[in-house]
Amino acid sequence: MTQVHPAPAPPTPRREHTQVSRKSWSKRFFGRPEVGSLMGAVAIFVMFYAIADPFRTPGAQSTVLYASSTIGIVTVGVCLLMIGGEFDLSAGVGVTTSALAASMFAFQLSLNVWVGVVFALLVSLGIGLFNGFVLTRTKLPSFLVTLATFLMLQGLNLAMTKLVTGNVATNSISDMDGFDSAKAIFASSVQIGSVSVKITVFWWLLFVAVATWVLLRTKVGNWIFAVGGKADSARAVGVPVNRTKIGLFMTVGFTAWFAGMHKLFAFNTVQSGEGVGQELIFIAAAVVGGCLLTGGYGSAIGAAIGAFIFGMTGQGIVFANWNPDWYMFFVGITLLVATLLNLWVRNRAARR
Amino acid sequence: MKTRNRLLGPLALVMAGLLALAGCSSSGGKQAEEDAAGAGAGTADTPRLKVAMITHAVPGDTFWDILRKGAQAAAAKDNIELVYSANPDAGKQANLVQNAIDQNVDGIAVTLAKPDALTDVVRKAQDAGIPVVGFNSGLNEWKEAGLLGYFGQDETVAGEAFGRRLNEEGAKHVLCVIQEQGHVALEARCAGVKKAFQGKAEILYVNGADMPSVQSTIQAKLQQDAGIDYIATLGAPFALAAVQSASDAGSAAKIATFDTNKDLVQAIKDGDVQFAVDQQPYLQGYLAVDAIWLYQHNGNYMGGREEPVLTGPAFITKDNIDQIAEFAANGTR
Repeated sequence: MTQVHPAPAPPTPRREHTQVSRKSWSKRFFGRPEVGSLMGAVAIFVMFYAIADPFRTPGAQSTVLYASSTIGIVTVGVCLLMIGGEFDLSAGVGVTTSALAASMFAFQLSLNVWVGVVFALLVSLGIGLFNGFVLTRTKLPSFLVTLATFLMLQGLNLAMTKLVTGNVATNSISDMDGFDSAKAIFASSVQIGSVSVKITVFWWLLFVAVATWVLLRTKVGNWIFAVGGKADSARAVGVPVNRTKIGLFMTVGFTAWFAGMHKLFAFNTVQSGEGVGQELIFIAAAVVGGCLLTGGYGSAIGAAIGAFIFGMTGQGIVFANWNPDWYMFFVGITLLVATLLNLWVRNRAARR
Repeated sequence: MKTRNRLLGPLALVMAGLLALAGCSSSGGKQAEEDAAGAGAGTADTPRLKVAMITHAVPGDTFWDILRKGAQAAAAKDNIELVYSANPDAGKQANLVQNAIDQNVDGIAVTLAKPDALTDVVRKAQDAGIPVVGFNSGLNEWKEAGLLGYFGQDETVAGEAFGRRLNEEGAKHVLCVIQEQGHVALEARCAGVKKAFQGKAEILYVNGADMPSVQSTIQAKLQQDAGIDYIATLGAPFALAAVQSASDAGSAAKIATFDTNKDLVQAIKDGDVQFAVDQQPYLQGYLAVDAIWLYQHNGNYMGGREEPVLTGPAFITKDNIDQIAEFAANGTR
């Protein structure tokens, strides 16, 4: 169990439909977007494994995977969107919005919590639809559109919660109908041998697998790469650029919804001020995982590795018992090293 | 518009279906809580005053919400129009004080979280003849700044009381969880705990904006050091996350916290959290506003202009929880 490596699958060295010429196996392997970050992840893993005794226990790995999964689930959506050439600053507070919506809708109307869960899904998809619609209609940069959404949601989260509940945190819904079944889906643990693993880890791996399949094996996947690479050329050959982009924003909405539901059912109540700053973690995880900020390049597996690097670093520093005053500094430097290693591997691959 | 229409149809259908099928919850929810009622009282017949309350609150924090409710209660009683504003950035908070001076208010209640950034503008208010009181933060600076009075808790004293309590409980190794690195009051609390606690005390920083990461970081620390037998958190939501961390890590560590909220009161009742130190934010907000009324109408100084009025530390344990639970349900404790 100690050797468990969370990279969901070995990077597939084959990608027929975009591969133009026959290249050597090693060149194709090192040309994959996720390889650089995989090296970074392995390096960080080995480092913590060597210096932190508690890091070697299966229980610790389970904690690391849990921390990674709560970042990684949203990162899947954010990564797809970035491959599609846009990014979303509203994803972090969007998670909180979703959790608030579910909790308040169910509580205030005294409904089964599952009704709140579905309501929150509609809200989250609606936010994605709004982002995508405004973006494709106005042709404004996504930075601006989603920054506006980010700020609006931040205000809405607080104002709506205060308006509806009279407080700034939602009421506990743990005694309401449907809570137990919803908790089982979104926030339970699975016992594997002696270790209990949070269910978000499995959902995360599933989402990564689905996203990878969509990207590499479907028409929609081709559209996403095309839209992010050169939108005008893509449109010229008949790719529905606007619909693809709107769909990608709604995918981010979906992942934010899922993370929000986890938050709600893991902690029963939600504070309306949470989530600010998380959007950068998601974007950073995707970038560390090899998604280009400029679009057209990246992989869901890479994004998963990026999230794993973030989760592992955050927890590893605690396991290693480093001076906590330096915590954020250590997180920053580990990420820098991981990204540089990523860059180095990619450059080597290009020169080969 | 094509896209929108195509999506709106199914959306409306799903919504309609939802409402039709909506199963009502037989337990909990708003209906179960409908009986909550606020505390009402008469209103003073003194002329209407305008008072500005300016804090360094982060938006959406339960603690500040309770404090604001106390201020509103006092304002309602004293026939005062309360203008509440807040900004965690010291420079912007100073701007808000200037804003209040421009409005020519009858009194200002301000938190001196970063005193250096605020003393100039406070002096300006005093020069303009506006009485200023301090609350919550600025225990060491309020007198020098010439404020009428101060209402709050000495964070170091509170931390020390917390530490002594841990000694009584027989704790050996305590973990002090700070949710915002570099926050002066929070660091002072943990420093106070460290000072009075006889066992080993350690600090852990967590990202307070993200609960799952708070939970997993505490969990990681408990796995790293199995000797930890007490966790001290500095805010109610973090105590509740720590309860989960301990159970997920299979640790027997007990939890105690600074500050309270509704769910925390329940957790103390259930025995998940051992005790809480309450600095009584409602009282801080209430007294700060009331002090201005007393000064304007009777020339009184609370604390005699010499001593701060301490609102904490008040301990909440299983012994007195029932009484407090009632008020906490209204969001005022």
